[in-house]
Order: sequence, then C-alpha cells, then structure tokens
Amino acid sequence: MDWLTELRRKRFMDPATAVLYLVPAAAIIAVFRLAPIASAFLVSFFDVRMGRLRGFIGLAHYTRLFQDPVFWSSLGTTAYYVIGVVPLSLFLALFAAVLLNQRIRALGFYRTVYFLPVVTSLVAVSVVWKWIFHPRLGLLNYVITLSGGRALQWLEEPRGVFDMIAGAAGWTWWPGWLAGPSLALVAVVIVSVWRGIGYNIVIFLAGLQNIPDQYYEAARIDGASPRQMFWRITWPLLSPTTFYVLLSTTIVSFQVFTQIYLMTGPPIGGPMGTTKVTVYYLFEKGFDAGGNMGYASAVALVLFAIILSLTLLQRRVVEQRVHY
Amino acid sequence: MADAAVKAAEAGAGGAARAAGARAAAGHRARRAARRVWVYALLWLGIVIMVMPFLWMVTTSLKSPIEILTFPPTWIPTGQFVRGADGEWREVYVASRDGRAGTAVVRPAEGGPAMTVPLDELHNRVRFRFGNYAAAWRQAPFARYYLNTVFVVLCTLAGQLVTSCLAAYAFARMRFPGRDAVFLLFLSMMMVPEPVYLVPSYIILAKFGWIDTYQAMIVPWLAYIFSIFLLRQHFKTIPNDLYDAAIIDGCSRFAFLWRIVLPLSKATLAAVSIFTVVSTWNSFLWPLVMTNTPSVRPLQVGLARFAQEQGTNHELMMAAAVFSIAPLVVAYFMAQKQIIQSLATSGIKG
Repeated sequence: MDWLTELRRKRFMDPATAVLYLVPAAAIIAVFRLAPIASAFLVSFFDVRMGRLRGFIGLAHYTRLFQDPVFWSSLGTTAYYVIGVVPLSLFLALFAAVLLNQRIRALGFYRTVYFLPVVTSLVAVSVVWKWIFHPRLGLLNYVITLSGGRALQWLEEPRGVFDMIAGAAGWTWWPGWLAGPSLALVAVVIVSVWRGIGYNIVIFLAGLQNIPDQYYEAARIDGASPRQMFWRITWPLLSPTTFYVLLSTTIVSFQVFTQIYLMTGPPIGGPMGTTKVTVYYLFEKGFDAGGNMGYASAVALVLFAIILSLTLLQRRVVEQRVHY
Repeated sequence: MADAAVKAAEAGAGGAARAAGARAAAGHRARRAARRVWVYALLWLGIVIMVMPFLWMVTTSLKSPIEILTFPPTWIPTGQFVRGADGEWREVYVASRDGRAGTAVVRPAEGGPAMTVPLDELHNRVRFRFGNYAAAWRQAPFARYYLNTVFVVLCTLAGQLVTSCLAAYAFARMRFPGRDAVFLLFLSMMMVPEPVYLVPSYIILAKFGWIDTYQAMIVPWLAYIFSIFLLRQHFKTIPNDLYDAAIIDGCSRFAFLWRIVLPLSKATLAAVSIFTVVSTWNSFLWPLVMTNTPSVRPLQVGLARFAQEQGTNHELMMAAAVFSIAPLVVAYFMAQKQIIQSLATSGIKG
C-alpha cells in the first residue's frame, strides 16, 4: 500500500496547506491574545493614559503598587471573597450531588433547576439579588423577620461579620483586625455561591456516577456504614473531580467583577470600600478614573501571578492526595 | 435491606431469633424511609432557594410602584378595584383612607375625578401589570441593545465555527513542523484570565480605531482556543480508514472536512456553539470596557446601565432583567440536557 501512504502524505503532510487552514485562527489569536498577553508586561513598564503611550518609566508602577494601601486592601477583600466562596460552594455542591446520587426520582428535574442560575446572566442575577437584599423592602429581610430574626443592612453594612457576631453574643470588645469581611461582601459571596453551585453540582454528580457500584456493594456486604463508605470509597475516588472543582472555582473567584460592579455602592466597592476587589480596582484605575492603564496592567499582572502560583501550589499539594 | 434479617436468622435458630430478625428488618426499613424523606426535603429546600429569586423577579416586575413599597411584600401582584354600576371592575388608586368614616378617597386608574367610596366596596384583585415591560422597553433603547447582542452573538458564532473547524482539522489531521509546539502555546494561553489582557487589548483596539464598534466585540473572539481544542479532540477520533477510503475516491482535503468530518461531529459542533452563544450573550466586562454609546451597546451592558439609572423603580428593573434573560432561559428549558453538558465540558461558568 505504498501508493496510499504516498497519497496520504501528499494530502495531509503538506505544510503549506496546513498553514492555510491555520491562518484565520492563528491570526486572531496572535493579535488578540498573544500580543496583548505579551504586551501586558510591556505596558506595565510604561506611562499609559487613555490608551496613549507616554514614556518608559521602568518599575515605577510596581514600586507604587506595593505601597498602595488600596491595592493591598483590595487583595485582602479578594482573599476574603475567595475563602468565602470556594469552600462553601464546594461543600454545598458535594452535599447536593451526594443527595442526588441516591436513585432519586426525577433526577433531571433537580439538576435542571439547580443549574438554571448558571445560564442566566450575572448582570440580571446581580440586579435581582440587590433587590432581594434591600434593607427595608427586600425579600430576605422579610423572611428573616418572619422567622423572628432581626433585619440586617446586607449590602449597606460595612461592619465585619465576626465583629457583628461578637456584638450579638454580647461581647463589648472585639479586635479590629479580627472583624472579618463586611456583611456586604458576605452578601456578594452568597450570590456567587447561589449562581455557580449548579455547575459544581453537575461536575460532582458526573464524578460520583463514574464510581463503580461494585465497590459499594462489596463494602455493604462487609457491613460498612454509610459514613465509612463515603470517606473510604467516595471521597478518595472522587478526588480528581474535587480537585478540578476546587481549581476552577478558585480561578473564577479571583476574577470576580460583575457582582461587585452591580450590587455594591454607590460608590461601587462600598460600603466604605469593603467590597473593592482587585479586578474592580483594576477597572477603576484603567478605565474609570483618568485611565491609568500602565498601572492597571501592573495590577492585572500581580493578580495573574497570584492566581498562577496558587494554581501551581494547589496542583502540587493536591496531586499527592489525589487518587487517579 | 434483608441483610440484617438473614444474619440474625443464621446466628440463632428458632422462632425467637427469626422474630427478632424481622423486627430488625422492619426497623431498618423505617430508618431508610426516614432517610429518604430527609433527602427529598433537603433537595426541595434547594429547589426553593434556587427558584425563589426568579419568582421574586417576575412577581416584582408585575407590580405597581406603590405595591413595591408595601411591607410585608406580596407574592401575587394585586390592585384595588371598585365595582361600577354596570357591574364592571374598575381599578382605582387609593389616595387616602378614613378609617373612622369607613370611606376612602380614590382616583380611577384610567383618569377622571377623585371620588369617595365606602371601604367595603374597595376590593383587592389580582392585577398583573404587563405594562411595566413595555415601559421598561421604552425607557431605554432595549430594542437596539437586543439587536446589538443578537448581531454580535451570530457573527461571533459563525466566525468562531469557521476558524475553529479549520484550525482543529489542521491540528488533528495534518502534519507540519512545530504543530505540537503551536498547539501547546494555544493551550497555555487558555490559562490567562481575561482581566490580564483587558488593558492591552483596549490599547490595540484603540490603535485600530475600533473602540465603540461591533468589531471590538466580535473580532477578538473570532477564534476561541477551547473550541479548537474540543474539535481537535473529536476529529482525532475519526478513524483513519475513512480518510484512506475518501482519498482513494479522490476526495479533496476540504471536501473531506466538509462532507465527512463535519457531519460526523454534529454533537461537538453543537456543544461548541452552545457555549459560544451563552458566553457571548452573557459577557459583560469586555463590552463594558470596549463600548460607550448605545448604538453598539449590547444587552448586558444596557441592562446594567438601566439598573444604575433607575435607582428605585424596581418593577422596571425586574422587567428588564426578565426580558434580558428570557431567550436563554427558554432555550435552556427546551434543550437543558445539551446545554448543561456543553457548559460543563467547557468549564465556562455562564
């Protein structure tokens, strides 16, 4: 069949044709991905205002950035947000998926409803939840007062939640550095968990359904309790899925913007700047206030460095525990 | 379920042991039933939490501005009506109530002089104010926003399908120097989050003079690396024999892609199309930065602007939110299985 090999080579191993097929995608990617990513570094060394390059200034943006208290507090706020969203979403999604994995009738119905917020735009979701959180007229405060609780200020509450809990417990003094994220930020966390949990449930459910039934049958014959079965079979065999969910939720959470932009303030990032996350700070610096794009680019790169190193760290740490 | 009973029966012979076993089995069954009840109760709690905001959005969108301010809130939009002499219900707005006299001063909703009616002639009736939708639609150029979004989505989808299929075909079936390196470079760029290239992209688009144009929203997204990746993986599964047979029959490269590979890849193409449509329809940060006039502004940015301008007109905001999510939600209920699958594989969270 030499002639066939020959023919195949002629048809499919011709670099000129391959390039022809590749050019449309490659051109777009080169101009709108590769070039911007590469020049993000360059831009951060220049004085750029409103899209106009004004001159090379070296590391000035970075030295200013590391002395910028607003930047540091934005990183802290982002960290609070990530630490709030990731474990909560992970735990609740896993819990729901385990419930759904028990020969539930009309499984598709539950999955469809839980996934619905994932398809709806974050803008609409934010607008609706801002109304639900309304301090005077909101649905949430109504439900709380109905069940005997005290109405809260939600998105307008700058006090830290730990501080509030301590206050409610009757403690008159609580250290400021332990105040925790503002209730406003916690409200944003709630919305983000609500919005994204369906996605994580679907991923977990697929992971659970991949675990062969035989393991559970064997364990049952040996008299294992449901708890033992979960920790000895489900949890280790699910670990690749858990790892994926952990990673993807973390990466997405670091980039939170829309919810903050639409639910907090005015001014956005409020109350008292307690919800000003890093990507919003980047937006504000680069596009809102004077358009200092070099500085915004430096912010973006530091954020990227953090995401990347956390990703690598997570991969390292979890890889030793993940059972493939 | 019967394990405990069997074990008990084996352990001790005789009627007593068997009875104990049966009792144990019954207890086991009761515990299982109780567990089932708990499982369904929790799942339904989840349903309520997921659905409540949507119901609240819809019900708010059908209320009057006055009804929105009432606390405790109502779930079913209502209005005040008075029955006329002809037996017809007429909607009225209550200007004031006089509890002692048992009367209220009302103004007919359709206009006319204020009148005094006894309180017991004032009735609450269900009243859906669909007019809120028309009002919201009129207060901002939503028709324009809709068209802009549909146009951007369709162009992005068409362009992305063409570029991705061609590139994926090259990566999957052709051989050229540096193929794997280029592919790896593409994949590594997928890891870079959008905020990182937002600023430099703005500068590049500004150089092209494309800020505030459709191109700024379409062209940078005409090639989507994940689509290329997904299609390449699928193209690779198409057996070599098919290629050989086609070549022998004198099929050209492009004809092979068009007439054999693509028809065999319908499911993957559908998945790619779905996540392109959903993510383009819902994208916000990019068009927020790249556009600044209503003429090209897409729906999401328009809705955000509208919500920020409205301030307290929650019924109009909710109406606008409803009609901006409606197309995707309707599509979702018609093809939820494919949509869930597509978004789950893409890793796109909306």
